[in-house]
Amino acid sequence: MTFEYSPAPESTAIVDIRAQYGLFINGKFVDAKGSKTFNTINPATEKVLSKIAHAQASDVDKAVAAARTAYTKVWSKMAPQERGKYLFRIARIMQERAREFAVLETMDNGKPIRETRDIDIPLAAAHFFYHAGWADKLKYAGAGDNPRPHGVVGQIIPWNFPLLMLAWKIAPALATGNTVVLKPAETTPLTALLFAEVCQQAGLPAGVVNIVTGDGATGSALVNHPDIDKIAFTGSTGVGKGIARAIAGTGKSATLELGGKGANIVFDDSPIDQTVEGIVSGIFFNQGHVCCAGSRLLVQENVHDELIEKLKHRISQIRVGDPLDKNTDLGAINSAAQLARIKEISSSGDAEGAHRWSPECALPEKGFWYPPTIFTGVTQANRIAQEEIFGPVLSVLTFRTPQEAIDKANNTPYGLSAGVWTEKGSRILWAAKQLKAGVIWANTFNKFDPASPFGGYKESGWGREGGRHGLAAYLKGGEK
Amino acid sequence: MLTKIGTFTRTVHGNPFSPLTFFRYNSIVQLVDGTDTSIRRFLKQLPGVDQVGAESRAAMLATRSIKTTSKKWAIDCAISMIDLTTLEGSDTDGKVRALCTKAVHPDPTDPSVPSVGAICVYNDKVATARKHLDAIGGQSIPVAAVSTAFPSGRASLEVKKQDTLDALNNGATEIDMVIDRGAFLSGDLVKVFTEIVYIKELCADRAHLKVILETGELVTLDNVRKASHLAMAAGADFIKTSTGKISPAATAPVVLVMLEAVRDWYAMTGIRIGVKPAGGIRTTKDAIKQLVLVRETAGEEWLTPKLFRIGASALLNDLLMQRMKLRNGNYTGPNYVTLD
Repeated sequence: MTFEYSPAPESTAIVDIRAQYGLFINGKFVDAKGSKTFNTINPATEKVLSKIAHAQASDVDKAVAAARTAYTKVWSKMAPQERGKYLFRIARIMQERAREFAVLETMDNGKPIRETRDIDIPLAAAHFFYHAGWADKLKYAGAGDNPRPHGVVGQIIPWNFPLLMLAWKIAPALATGNTVVLKPAETTPLTALLFAEVCQQAGLPAGVVNIVTGDGATGSALVNHPDIDKIAFTGSTGVGKGIARAIAGTGKSATLELGGKGANIVFDDSPIDQTVEGIVSGIFFNQGHVCCAGSRLLVQENVHDELIEKLKHRISQIRVGDPLDKNTDLGAINSAAQLARIKEISSSGDAEGAHRWSPECALPEKGFWYPPTIFTGVTQANRIAQEEIFGPVLSVLTFRTPQEAIDKANNTPYGLSAGVWTEKGSRILWAAKQLKAGVIWANTFNKFDPASPFGGYKESGWGREGGRHGLAAYLKGGEK
Repeated sequence: MLTKIGTFTRTVHGNPFSPLTFFRYNSIVQLVDGTDTSIRRFLKQLPGVDQVGAESRAAMLATRSIKTTSKKWAIDCAISMIDLTTLEGSDTDGKVRALCTKAVHPDPTDPSVPSVGAICVYNDKVATARKHLDAIGGQSIPVAAVSTAFPSGRASLEVKKQDTLDALNNGATEIDMVIDRGAFLSGDLVKVFTEIVYIKELCADRAHLKVILETGELVTLDNVRKASHLAMAAGADFIKTSTGKISPAATAPVVLVMLEAVRDWYAMTGIRIGVKPAGGIRTTKDAIKQLVLVRETAGEEWLTPKLFRIGASALLNDLLMQRMKLRNGNYTGPNYVTLD
């Protein structure tokens, strides 16, 4: 007697992927200068999905010029409630086309359809709804009585949450009256290009949103463009530092959302079954491709064995495979390069004496895959406790006293997220006060809401996104 | 980790009082011997349940998509787990006989449909049910009786014992007793524990004991976890969510917490206790969600009528209609399945 789930693949008939995509500049899809293109593939099958234009510096020029014209002539002059209407319209269209977005995101990124359907796309629409409401209430955003937009914003987003990061960037920028030039990640451009169609469908004035596809060189052209007023970047700390150097002394402002090595702290009085769930969602959500992942598990030593036993039992239930299958929990690694990086750092865990464990699970032959993995016996001195792996790999460390937990949690160059698991309310407040992390979850993990600011301390970034704090980052103000 | 290290029976004030169970917790040997201190100490060691987390896990498992072959398997599995129930003041021998006929051959046009797990009735209808089942080839289908002043449980211990004895003497081989929720909520855990022990003593080798927690009255998931462990320590063979007379009944988070309890109990003692959600499970979709909860919480070992039952009446017809749909490719309608 066995209860095996039959394959339950989501149909791909709903998406219509063009053979080739140009750049979205001034409200239209246009060819890039020169004929350079790159392929975007489905990381679960390695099949080519489409050919994407590679924007050169001159294309970025055109996009910035279109954004500048739209800013001065249309968007900055528009009544705020009218701007809000466009955002509401975009949000509604995203909801109407949610399934299309979800399937496309899963195909291009490799993440499970359950996550795109239940998290990525609904949250992206929620960000537009939330910011639409702010458009005519900016005086209350905390940026003074006379808040004004920066002008043209250059935005560069990562491949881990392609559409959601686009929403985090574009929604507040437009609500505050800025116009944007956005560069999606090289491996995941398709939902941004579908979003461009949504902008057309919503009748958004030409040039308010421009999307240029390309690699690091395209991003660099955007960052260094003299007519950009602000940069918003989400990605690695290394690139973030490069951006900070590039804009030093130029007067451009910046919001940077960078890496993390989040500590998930489990005290011995935690609600253990929900803690196990939280640990799983903390590190295996989105294949661990999450900057705020709970990638360092800090467990009080007296419950370590029991917790790990339960955790292993739970990890054995994780369903790895076809991301389009509605029952898949863990999808494909986004790219060959990322898979190589996960393998390289993880092997240092073996070499440095940590104990690796993965459940038995058959991985598909084609595509990029990594099994859910935990390392026990990890110390702060191990590379896998220090470096961001950005994959489904958890490092388990122990502590003896609450203070030791806090000290270890803070002992990292990063400071993006942390989790605290205990049934004792006073301990949650005590820990939250001392943790140097931008986001702290108590008895939960990886929960997001447009009203809640998100961002990091130290090498995890500058500024906040979401909530009033995130809005303020797109406004100049303070002065009357 | 709690580890069970032994059980024995002894006599207290002339009454047999069992089981006495030793547990080892972090090398301290403990005894759940029916005293307030021992029960409290035992329940206090259970980890808390975070309601938000439990609800979100249950909601996530509800998104599992069960199609084609697995759906076919799940429908038959669910049919074989149904405790086909009638618990009405208006129950008659005729009604009970009709139910028994349906229990043996749920779909008279298709002999490949399995029989249900059991028939569940009030104790005065047990004899009728047993006799009719035996007469029509349903010897293997057990008759379960609700007992101990079901559904409220508001009666003296003597009445509850007599209620149970009646059912046993009429041929019930499964007893669905209710716990004293008032005693549980007021902190009289000894009363709750002792009553289960006494009823278990009466059931002995004659019947399986299902202990109804009535989770809709216990309200919190912490209480559900405590009551589950209390019932298991007192000797329950099954823990059951509800009487079906109180709403909410077998909600997914409640069943999740109870499945975690039996899973943990198995890890402690090596004994598998069954789980029976009852109340509010009306559609094939509801039933399949329950099976998914079982599979991904307690594990596949629990996917047998010996360890998982669904208390229901209307559910069976929906399962039969879905089964026909899978076989014929089109929906029929309520007139193509029998009324009772």
